[in-house]
Amino acid sequence: MIPTPDVSHLTDKDYSIIYEPAEDTFLFLDALEADAGDLKELKALICLEVGSGSGCISSFVAQILGPSVRAISFSLAGIKVSLECINTSFASPLIHRLWHQVDIILFNPPYVPTEYEEARFAQQGKSIAGAWAGGYDGMQVTNEFLEIVEDLLSERGLFYLVALKQNNVPEIQKRMLHEHSLESKVVLQRRAGREHLFILRFKRQNPS
Amino acid sequence: MVRLVTHNLLACHAKDCNTNNFPLGFQNVQLEIREAEFNPDFVRAFLPKIEWNALVKTARELGDTSLPDEQPEMVDDDFLQNLHHVLFELHVIEGAMVCPNCKHVYPISDGIPNMLLAEHEIA
Repeated sequence: MIPTPDVSHLTDKDYSIIYEPAEDTFLFLDALEADAGDLKELKALICLEVGSGSGCISSFVAQILGPSVRAISFSLAGIKVSLECINTSFASPLIHRLWHQVDIILFNPPYVPTEYEEARFAQQGKSIAGAWAGGYDGMQVTNEFLEIVEDLLSERGLFYLVALKQNNVPEIQKRMLHEHSLESKVVLQRRAGREHLFILRFKRQNPS
Repeated sequence: MVRLVTHNLLACHAKDCNTNNFPLGFQNVQLEIREAEFNPDFVRAFLPKIEWNALVKTARELGDTSLPDEQPEMVDDDFLQNLHHVLFELHVIEGAMVCPNCKHVYPISDGIPNMLLAEHEIA
């Protein structure tokens, strides 16, 4: 059993702008632990987490990979955690250089269905709502990233995504297969209060 | 932490800026050196990911002249140690990165590069 990363250095003030680890985070950790064998086998050099919040997920992956493996973890959010942090929208300044180079991609997106304007407003500002407001069917932000994830994923790379039942998981899986040739499976699913959460894992259909 | 490993992977992504947009140039840099654990196997494995000319040029601009013009054919521990220092121990804490093509300025504050673009600058 791998211990949950200690995020006790973060205060209530931090949690007014970043997402405090919650049920979805813990399900994500459980899924990654279940996949530990596959993750190690990748011999990852570059990991990328989009919107890393507390940094808990990336730290956990670093523990799975072990001290002898030193993958570079990019945290794409403007918040300081002990990784390479870049304040950017998705990964666009990295695509030019990281084309098909990223071995592990992690994304726990803002997946809660909200009004379109609410999500747009939340993503532009620095409010905590940006961590959950996902617009129509909760997929407004996720869809933007799904369009570019194949560009980043390495030949045998793995992409993990958190989704809610209302996001229409079978549709996401079908679309990624048909439009980007990424096959997927549900690693774990769990009901937590009113949320029915899924952890999806994508990889190339025919890696060379 | 804008370490040179990160800098070596960032290109300008402003609208219509597609050529000569890498590497970004450093400006008004405040540099800090922080020791990091040396893992020769990792540095060796990471070598093919590096854009060599950009790394050497940038390191020299920051005052580190330990890397040769060309990647050596024989990779020894001294070389890996120097490379490790350049990639992982030089931290740009404050300053900016400027696109050589469109001159867009990406500020660095408290070690975090701000790569966000205004709405009209997004491709």
